[in-house]
Amino acid sequence: MTYDMLLLRFGEFTLKGKNRSRFERSVHNHIKSVLRPFPKANIIKEYGRLYVELNGESPEALAGALKKVFGLVSISPVRVCPSELDSIIKTAVEFVGQKVLTKETTFKVTARRVWKPFPHSSQEMNHLVGSPLLRAYPQLKVQVKNPEIELRIEIRQERTYLFYEVIPGVGGFPLGTNGKAMLLLSGGIDSPVAGWEAMRRGLEIQCVHFYSYPYTSQLAKEKVMELTRILSGYAGRLKLHLVPFTDVQTSFVGIGQDNLIITLMRRAMLRIATTLAEKEGALAIVTGDSLGQVASQTLASMNVIGRATDLPILRPLVTSDKNEIIRTAIDIGTYETSILPYEDCCTLFVPKSPTTNPNLHVVERVEASLEHMAARIEAAVAGTETLIIKPDTNISAGSSNDDGAVVNEDWF
Amino acid sequence: MTLIYWDHAATTPPLEQVVDTMSEIMKMHYANPSALHRSGEAAGKLLKRAREVCAAALQVQPGEIVLTSGATESNNMAIKGAAMKYRSRGQHIITTGTEHPSVYECCKQLESLGWEVTYLPVDAEGIVDLAALAAAIRKDTVLVSIMHVNNEMGAISPLADIGRIVKERNPRTLLHVDGVQGFGKLPVELSAWQADLYSLSAHKFNGPRGMGLLYVKQGVQLFPILSGGSQESGHRAGTENVAGAVAMSKAMRLAQEGQPELHARLTEIRDILLREIRQIPGLELNSSERSAPHIVHFSCPGLKPEVMVHALEELGMLVSTKSACSSKLSEPSRVLLAMGKDAAHASSGIRISLGKEHQPEDAASLAQALRVVCGKLRPIMEREGQRE
Repeated sequence: MTYDMLLLRFGEFTLKGKNRSRFERSVHNHIKSVLRPFPKANIIKEYGRLYVELNGESPEALAGALKKVFGLVSISPVRVCPSELDSIIKTAVEFVGQKVLTKETTFKVTARRVWKPFPHSSQEMNHLVGSPLLRAYPQLKVQVKNPEIELRIEIRQERTYLFYEVIPGVGGFPLGTNGKAMLLLSGGIDSPVAGWEAMRRGLEIQCVHFYSYPYTSQLAKEKVMELTRILSGYAGRLKLHLVPFTDVQTSFVGIGQDNLIITLMRRAMLRIATTLAEKEGALAIVTGDSLGQVASQTLASMNVIGRATDLPILRPLVTSDKNEIIRTAIDIGTYETSILPYEDCCTLFVPKSPTTNPNLHVVERVEASLEHMAARIEAAVAGTETLIIKPDTNISAGSSNDDGAVVNEDWF
Repeated sequence: MTLIYWDHAATTPPLEQVVDTMSEIMKMHYANPSALHRSGEAAGKLLKRAREVCAAALQVQPGEIVLTSGATESNNMAIKGAAMKYRSRGQHIITTGTEHPSVYECCKQLESLGWEVTYLPVDAEGIVDLAALAAAIRKDTVLVSIMHVNNEMGAISPLADIGRIVKERNPRTLLHVDGVQGFGKLPVELSAWQADLYSLSAHKFNGPRGMGLLYVKQGVQLFPILSGGSQESGHRAGTENVAGAVAMSKAMRLAQEGQPELHARLTEIRDILLREIRQIPGLELNSSERSAPHIVHFSCPGLKPEVMVHALEELGMLVSTKSACSSKLSEPSRVLLAMGKDAAHASSGIRISLGKEHQPEDAASLAQALRVVCGKLRPIMEREGQRE
């Protein structure tokens, strides 16, 4: 099949009056960044629509890349011709002729006249184009319901578009058009998916990761950097805050409150994330919580843990099943990294029976009894290292090691 | 006298950069990649990068690459591993009569343990009979193992057709391709071939000895032949050869990048040899312009091939009888017999195999040496021929 262009369709944000131009700018920039590996592709903005001229690039490869663009609802590879009856018929005959018709094939033509001055109505066009096709290809047989081939024709003033497929995009809102939030990123399967869902809804996110060296390894930290790198493919670049959590976390051990350790730890994380959010001007905290998945994600736990911050906590996965989350993780490319077996701080010092129903008063009393907690939290914030990660950031080279890069590319 | 080495199908000289990489890493990164300390981590990173580079050369995912000690191990791992893992699906395996011993003997071993093996016939050029393949695939066929390029006479298997036939007949049947002689010389298209398993040996493409890999398509499981630690995702226990893996990845990248150019160059030299050999009385070609570009194979009926090898050696030309793995035996070649050659042809095969460093002038020198040797040996060849 030879196509000339990709036709891009956008979703709900196009309805949002005043913000429309801001949204369009964001989506345009996002498309530009994902199409950077395809130098011949050319983005055209015309009559409030976006098209991508292929100029020889593969439509499949481009459509694959465009599936990363939030706000994009669907993509169609199209053939283009002038909006004149003769050339539409001629192009349609040639376009259908590129399909290999070895046996009887059912088909229909669906024309849409967007440009009303065009002399033939949509209905008329179905016949005017359908009849020459039937004459040219005797294998074709008209079938209105569920045909094997549906040739769609969209007649606009500037030109006419012919296409078969409508490839779904990811939808949502353009990148960063709905404000900024902090994502608590562990090394697990859920939090990267939550981050992606948040970005899809137009949130700009910054990642916050807690590490407890030497209880967690350098590899665990790199795993999170790699997850951030994968997510940055949807955002162009992402900030990752690496918070040293060892002192805070170990202060909860050995105080005789083992079953509350996770509750205390999660509350401390929220406090630190809240301080970082204030510094960065973020208005919410995004987590990968999924209701009932583990002890800290029961409703009672969410209630007690969530009270540690005044910011809204957004939980995109709260009602998702694990299988759905895994499927998304595979789709967005984070799954393989998430299942690497490096322990992160969320699984450290986990008691045999963590509480699923913590009591807020008890938790608050325990926290009040811990000396220097505020100072420890301040120190953790102060010790936070912030990295900017882009899709081409080289993480496995060990750049964060003080002895420089291990992987000498000359060897490979 | 300078020696010209014509035995690249047996082993290739390692590239200098490959040897440098190997020695630098052996000195700097001797730590065990499974160790938790930073030296171990560093070694682990090198191994990870090596796997990525190997995977990129085959256009597959790094997780689909199992590092091995070479193609013999890869072939054993693929065939026995699949046979044992999927025993509940059936105990039928299909291969050809012209496979490398590391495939052929694996199948023989499985036969002795109760598996049923179909050995497909090949035509006069050594190409597998596709109709016979289609007819042989059954519901209980677990694996089809067919090589990309024959190591003895260079026949190229139509793998895209083979893959299509196998998957059409039984989508659950796995396809294993012994890719040893093809990689770096011919395009490799694992997805078009629908291959599930693919073996390589690094020393066949100017890489280090003792290093190879098996591509295991995602989702395919193998019963591990070497048990022990959980290295290589449990496919192969044993401390990883970090230096070997990195050196192999380099050789692989270079071989992949240089494939089209090498193919053109080898074809030119090969065509000179074919033209010359056709004109030498007493020599009969078993390979042709349709074979892989690095292998020229002929028989000298009536003569023990060792005699030819040693006579050429005296003139500075190092060639091989049959394949190196079986060249010490003086029985007729199983591969040539399968192609329908008679015993006189099958027990007098000589293989010339070309490599990167050869120039067209070398082919002229070799042709000259062949003419001299044949001129001297011809009377004996004819007498021996009559005695048979």
